[in-house]
Amino acid sequence: MSWVLILEQTLNGVQFGLMLFLLAAGLTLVFGIMDMINLAHGSLYMLGAFFAAALVQATGSFALGVLLAIPATAAVGMLLEMSVLRTLYERDHLSQVLATFALILIFNEAVRIVWGSDMPLSTPAALSGPVQLLPGLAYPAYRLLIIGVGAVVAGFLYLLIARTRVGMLVRAGASNREMALAMGVNIRRLFTLLFGVGAGLCAVAGALLGPLLAVQVGMGENILILAFVVIVIGGIGSIRGALVGAVLVGLVDTIGRAFLPMLFGLFFQPRVASAAGPAIASVLAYLLMVAVLYFRPQGLFPARG
Amino acid sequence: MQRAAILAVLALTLAFPLAVQETYYLSFASRILVYALAATSLNLALGYGGMISFGHAAFVGTGAYVSSIFIAEGLTSAWIGWPAGVAAAALAALVIGAVSLRTRGVYFIMITLAFAQMMFFLVNSMKAYGGDEGLSLAGRASTGMGIDLGSDVAFYYTALALLAAAVYGMHRLARSRFGRVIQAIRENEARAEAIGFPVYRYKLACFVLAGAVGGLAGVLLASHGKYVNPNVLHWTQSGTLMVMVILGGVGRLWGGTLGAAALLGLEDLVSNHRVDWLAAVIPNYQQHASLGVGIVLLAIVLFAPQGIAGALERRRRA
Repeated sequence: MSWVLILEQTLNGVQFGLMLFLLAAGLTLVFGIMDMINLAHGSLYMLGAFFAAALVQATGSFALGVLLAIPATAAVGMLLEMSVLRTLYERDHLSQVLATFALILIFNEAVRIVWGSDMPLSTPAALSGPVQLLPGLAYPAYRLLIIGVGAVVAGFLYLLIARTRVGMLVRAGASNREMALAMGVNIRRLFTLLFGVGAGLCAVAGALLGPLLAVQVGMGENILILAFVVIVIGGIGSIRGALVGAVLVGLVDTIGRAFLPMLFGLFFQPRVASAAGPAIASVLAYLLMVAVLYFRPQGLFPARG
Repeated sequence: MQRAAILAVLALTLAFPLAVQETYYLSFASRILVYALAATSLNLALGYGGMISFGHAAFVGTGAYVSSIFIAEGLTSAWIGWPAGVAAAALAALVIGAVSLRTRGVYFIMITLAFAQMMFFLVNSMKAYGGDEGLSLAGRASTGMGIDLGSDVAFYYTALALLAAAVYGMHRLARSRFGRVIQAIRENEARAEAIGFPVYRYKLACFVLAGAVGGLAGVLLASHGKYVNPNVLHWTQSGTLMVMVILGGVGRLWGGTLGAAALLGLEDLVSNHRVDWLAAVIPNYQQHASLGVGIVLLAIVLFAPQGIAGALERRRRA
């Protein structure tokens, strides 16, 4: 294997990791502050992708469609928070799992009724070609865009959480909700806002990944579990942990899938390697989580401490 | 009163195959029985043990796959394949439980989910046994005792007998010393620990037992459809089983059975029985059955958290 291939797969891993981060960021704050398991987060990701696909079709512009999908998804997220999720904060995890599972069913069918089972969404023509990064390394321009957007949004989010008053309140809520309440923080309003931001981030991820994966009903269900893996690895409620966890999971998953079958080929017979390689590669992220939970049950960067 | 009700239900279920002639409904009833067994096994861990396992489909899937692999390899005797499926599921539960039970709360939910996902992907990559396309079986296992499981009536009675045994077993278990300890741990783990019970070992035993019975349900599930695919291990399947338990009643003897019957019945009702006035308002609503299921489910969580068994109990007390 050549260094070009390694570099290319590393970039792919970072790209996937940054998108995972956009999903995990909202999820970890919801989880950390309200102690709430929200399975419907993946539905917002799906909704964002469908909004983007529909709006790109309607406006004829990729950028405009994606940009409009963000406030649309954020609005749905805030409405969802105010109507259903708010009543679940005081309930046990079991009820939360069940209610948000029901929301998945409802969202899936609602999307199917409105748009059908899938929507076409392709990379914009201007970005469909490769970019010559280094001699011998041509990388798809669209993936570079994803990395760029992911990095900018991650930076923006870091500034929002670490440097602004709203961010301070969020951190206070994440580390000790009761204390923040006692100090007079309006957690309810803060939380509706936060939920909107989280939904918006879902839309960014859904819209950008749409052309690479596929815009279809159920697209949020598998990536949701990976996002949960990310926040458990990073430490529930921690944005920094979500970023580290997301990139880690993105790299492990992508590089594992690319190189593990090859690596196994060095040690085992081809028949065994071609069967075991992909199998182990697809569970690496989960193995990582189990290992982290076993040795550091609070995750890498616990928010409460 | 209660005994009379149970006897009446038992008589009805026993007479059911004689009353219906259509194989569709017999097969549907068997499916409910199989899911009732799976949900009942989850209820043991979830309701009695207080362990919110989000990976129960892993055990159902293990039972389904192991028993199917035996048939695919030519060992068709149910006396070998079925116990092997149950034992494999118990072993999986032992390994997963031993690691997962070191964590608490949300982390337990997440780690059981992660393990189930691992099993899902592993099964997906088993190319020798169908991979992501699943494994079709030539027929059901044979008993060698004159009972032909291939007949839908015999299969129905087998599933009914196993479900009845499981529910009766759970009834006895809940009143046994083991069951009392498990429920005490659910109510207050620190106190149970302080009294001197080896909490971890009790929870693990309960988890393994639930996994084994779940495996048995999986064995029946694969046998029922003569087909198994990786989706029986998908996390949404674990979610569906949880839905059944909560719908029926968490920690209630008949919770799993009632929940399975209610959920599958509701799905069948919406998709196979056209309501004319509803179809007039919403054309082809039947293709979107899970929308109705989702709404009913959400309403139950929000307004009737005790489930069906809880609602029945409240009426009796009133």
